[in-house]
Amino acid sequence: MSGSRSPRDFIANHVLQIPRSGIRDFFDIVATRRDVISLGIGEPDFVTPWHIREASIFALDRGATSYTANLGLIELRQAIARYIRTRFGPHYDPETEILVTVGVSEALDLAVRAVVEPGDEVIYHEPSFVAYAPIVRLAHGVPVPVATSRVNGFRLSRRLLERAVTSRTKVLLLNFPTNPTGAVLTPEDASEIAAFARERNILVFTDEIYAELTYGAERVCIASLPGMKQRTVLLNGFSKSWAMTGFRIGFVCAPPPLIEAMMKIHQYTMMCAPILSQRAAIEAVNRGDADMERMRLEYERRRNFICAALNEMGLPCHRPQGAFYAFPRIAGLGLSSKEFALRLLDEENVACVPGSAFGESGEGYVRCAFAVEMDDLKEAMRRMSKFVGRLAKRRKKTRLAT
Amino acid sequence: MDKLLKLLKANALESPQNLARMLGIPAGEIKRRIADYEKKGVIRGYQAIINEDRLDLDRVYAAIEIRITPEREGGFNRIASRISKFPEVEALFLMSGGYDLLAFVRGRTLKDVAFFVSEKLATIQGVISTSTHFRLKTYKENGVLMEEEKGDERLKITP
Repeated sequence: MSGSRSPRDFIANHVLQIPRSGIRDFFDIVATRRDVISLGIGEPDFVTPWHIREASIFALDRGATSYTANLGLIELRQAIARYIRTRFGPHYDPETEILVTVGVSEALDLAVRAVVEPGDEVIYHEPSFVAYAPIVRLAHGVPVPVATSRVNGFRLSRRLLERAVTSRTKVLLLNFPTNPTGAVLTPEDASEIAAFARERNILVFTDEIYAELTYGAERVCIASLPGMKQRTVLLNGFSKSWAMTGFRIGFVCAPPPLIEAMMKIHQYTMMCAPILSQRAAIEAVNRGDADMERMRLEYERRRNFICAALNEMGLPCHRPQGAFYAFPRIAGLGLSSKEFALRLLDEENVACVPGSAFGESGEGYVRCAFAVEMDDLKEAMRRMSKFVGRLAKRRKKTRLAT
Repeated sequence: MDKLLKLLKANALESPQNLARMLGIPAGEIKRRIADYEKKGVIRGYQAIINEDRLDLDRVYAAIEIRITPEREGGFNRIASRISKFPEVEALFLMSGGYDLLAFVRGRTLKDVAFFVSEKLATIQGVISTSTHFRLKTYKENGVLMEEEKGDERLKITP
């Protein structure tokens, strides 16, 4: 071996293999510009409700600055058990079946690391949240995306899963309502998928961070279906429902052996979730229903508005049943999703995220978050409509010329 | 309150087109319903919410607690109606607790309001006592904060 190794040479191969996030590239471009209306933000525009912030301040005031139990404050786990039971159905034991984490991101990482061995396959539906494939790869697993399409509202079906399953499939990762498509799980889909998981003997991870943000869709939690609790890892958190992204607080509910396994990783890497965030979370779960409903209604109104506006300007957009993203199709305009996003930013100062950032099947779409104040949303739609009008006109001209 | 009224209460200038998009109702139907609310007197008017502290106005506001003697058959209504007709009175409510009526009164100067209280209000037959509180600064009015909160600190693009 000759010469000294450069810093890059030290990097583990499986980390090198993970491509730079498409969102980061775009973020760097947007960050250089002023007065952009951004529809590219994947977090609520509301500030955390005051009584929840105040609970954190009060805890700090009383000197709550210590570690907590690895699993999280028992008071919080009890509150979570109550919350999940009343809003979603399944019963979890706060002593052994709930672990409080630093956001749902940590919860998902723990779940994947606890069960995935090198070469194990994890099926997930695409377009999807950007972190799924990398988290699986970091655990030396194999991410297996299943493409869903606009035709059926980006729903997932057993038929799609059967095509992707192999003898190495260990986990099916669900995310309903879906970031970026707003798709939801219907009761029929859920029982079909549950049957698939049982018959194929695979574990289900369900990332339900947007579960509270649905607009008229029937709520179904796959863990509550027959025989599913024992093979389901339920991941949820406070970030989206209560506008608490910066608190970094989530949780995972699962059978005791799985919680025990995840807790091992959590205890040696994270110790515990921050105590001030846990205190805020207790207040949110116990007394935050009205705030959540207020924000949900506001998102619903914006959802109606943005879908109508996008369709009116000629961008076909299905009605998202949950989350706070519209996912219009832009493929008809002759641009890739990246080109579309870059030119929209350049010409009209509106930022959205190219669909390709959410996987191959996201190409041809852009993600427009409606976690944006109504006035900004209106202005963004006005500008976008101008832009799309110009594109469509130009395209018509070139078509006539050729 | 129905969704249309809530939206109008938040922003009376919202266009029928936008209201239609938000509620998923045709714009024509929105216009018809607004006209109907106006006709029925549910919508009593449209006003701008102005932060008068930003304007250099000669104007003072006071909240006045009024104790009155209820009358046989008329209760509080006759006196209340009489008080509410003064142009100085911007709002008047019948209250539970230590007094009966709460009036929000506007005047050009402190003296104006003092004159109104001593000459007009206190002299009405049936008014037992008044207690006047002058307003010093407006933080929030009609659900609207008068000072801007700090801007959006979120990153421009997040997953």
